[in-house]
Amino acid sequence: MDTVSTIEGRAIPLGLKNVDTDVIIPAHWLKTVSREGLGKGAFETIRETPGNPFDVEDFAGAPILIAGDNFGCGSSREHAAWALLDLGIRAVVAPSFSDIFAGNAFKNGILTVELPQDQVDRLLEIAQDHPVTIDLENQTVTTPFQDRFAFEIDPFRKHCLLEGLDEIGLTLESGKAIEKHEEQRALALPWLDAPQRRDAA
Amino acid sequence: MASKPRTLYEKIWDAHVVERRDDGTCILYIDRHLVHEVTSPQAFEALRLAGRKVRRPDLTLAVPDHNLPTTPRIDRQGNRLPIEDPQSAAQLAALEANAPAFGIDYIDAVAPEQGIVHVVGPEQGFSLPGATIVCGDSHTAAHGGIGALAFGIGTSEVEHVLATQTLQLRQSKSMEVRVEGELGPGITPKDLILHIIGVIGTAGGTGHVIEYRGPVFERMSVEGRLTVCNMSIEGGARAGLIAPDDTVFAYLKGRPYAPRGEAWDKAVAWWKGLRTDEDAHFDKSVVIDAAEVEPTVSWGTSPEDVVAVGGVVPAPHSFTDPSKQAAARKSLDYMGLEAGQRIEDIAIENVFIGSCTNSRIEDLRAAAEVLKGRTKAPNVRWAIAVPGSGLVKRQAEEEGLDRIFTDAGFEWREPGCSACLAMNPDKVPPGERCASTSNRNFVGRQGPGSRTHLVSPAMAAAAAVTGRLADVRTLAPCQAEAS
Repeated sequence: MDTVSTIEGRAIPLGLKNVDTDVIIPAHWLKTVSREGLGKGAFETIRETPGNPFDVEDFAGAPILIAGDNFGCGSSREHAAWALLDLGIRAVVAPSFSDIFAGNAFKNGILTVELPQDQVDRLLEIAQDHPVTIDLENQTVTTPFQDRFAFEIDPFRKHCLLEGLDEIGLTLESGKAIEKHEEQRALALPWLDAPQRRDAA
Repeated sequence: MASKPRTLYEKIWDAHVVERRDDGTCILYIDRHLVHEVTSPQAFEALRLAGRKVRRPDLTLAVPDHNLPTTPRIDRQGNRLPIEDPQSAAQLAALEANAPAFGIDYIDAVAPEQGIVHVVGPEQGFSLPGATIVCGDSHTAAHGGIGALAFGIGTSEVEHVLATQTLQLRQSKSMEVRVEGELGPGITPKDLILHIIGVIGTAGGTGHVIEYRGPVFERMSVEGRLTVCNMSIEGGARAGLIAPDDTVFAYLKGRPYAPRGEAWDKAVAWWKGLRTDEDAHFDKSVVIDAAEVEPTVSWGTSPEDVVAVGGVVPAPHSFTDPSKQAAARKSLDYMGLEAGQRIEDIAIENVFIGSCTNSRIEDLRAAAEVLKGRTKAPNVRWAIAVPGSGLVKRQAEEEGLDRIFTDAGFEWREPGCSACLAMNPDKVPPGERCASTSNRNFVGRQGPGSRTHLVSPAMAAAAAVTGRLADVRTLAPCQAEAS
């Protein structure tokens, strides 16, 4: 995974609440066996509407998206994160995120920044004409107008993003603990191991 | 020393913690991993690139469901028919190749056990109480209906589970949804969960695991519990669960993957302890009065946009939150509805009975009871019944339900996810309405421009015979009705 530290540039002021994963990437785009190229399908229905923010030339290649409450609700499709990445989005700012989307974004090095609604509203206004800067190390979002909003982030996720760590590699470092758990589990909950498919009784 | 009282969720969580870091992140052991064709190919490919194996193929089960057409899959000679869409065919072929290559049990597209992954898991006894169950699909929450901690994961997590049989997670908060009293006659588990989502909102359970509690659930069938827990994700909760009891044990006993003999007795003894302790603390608690639950219908494009069938389409200004007002205006525009319009005056052109929410035998029976001796209204252009699995289909056919559906003008299909998300050819045309037993009414969910009204199976059947959203309780049971 690439490291993430500072994300700076234009921010697409989408602003909508409850942006679900079917809106981020409709189901017919999920028939791929690759992670690449999903940007073409990102926000397909919104982009069909004339005057939508994705069409504004200033926002082409913008690395930040600003949205409303409960961003990424709905399906567990990681294609939503892959589509944003392919579109060039490296961070999403919103008052709240669905749990599964936030996890998927993190695994792909997309920063999800939670800020209160009034601060999101302020950023939506500024983003119309000005860039926004997100500093992960210092956990701040700043604007050219002295705005400085602090955000919280899970320390483990922050560490992984800053270092670009491979989560599977990290877990495998705990291989001994996993083996020990499996041994204890085999004694305590033996019916969970090696289920065999047999004809129904 | 008496230990601190714990919730059911905390008990299952604690039993699966491999390692707890200082920052609170845990490595959690996963007991069961269900795999389907849409969210797995990139995970298998990544394993291959990294030279990694599947750590516990014995705890993994693969079955295709999302892409499969629901039209016949074999010809008269018993040969498999090709899948027309080349992308769907490639994705299905990838699973069919990946499962044996990594040593995973695979239920193929024409096996009688094939079905929607969340129907297959409990039906095969692969999903068990007290187990941690994951799948690359958000409706994995369904398996909470048998008392499992079950939740949806993304493809990177699918890869992580395949490689390590664990996930790195932080414990969620606990939330109680307590339903007091009894549901009225004709009110189904689907009505209840739609009502609950209407009360808590689609972000109401975010960051939480819901435990559904109260006498209603104790008397509810396993099928009903699976329906309720299935839609926990529509309430924002990654998982929802109900304490397992004798109803669940009786349902699971003798199922193909379920433990037997001494192992079964040991399992039941442990499962019986899976209850929230008295005085256990929930971070959030919501109380619902069962008597207030009516046959419930969605009017908008978010599952929280629900109303009793006897009600009217709400006015955007009736919401206090300005962003909700704006969302409601957009929803009404998309849905082609006007504020104040009576729900029962909304005509529908399509009916879909199926999905991981409502495609089990009880759902098909409930719909058939309404359809018996009736036919779909002339304005209903397309009505399909899609059983959740080949075994559900067979059972329904043994009970003669298939003929009730076809006599009523429904198409009787092969199992799969179908028009719930329209990845296969089953789609609702642009601008048309569908009374649907599925779980999401998002913009374009059932096909571009489709307009979804979420309902129970009985209500979907009532919509089919009247050609509009209708209160199923006002239809006389099993009575021939000239149309």
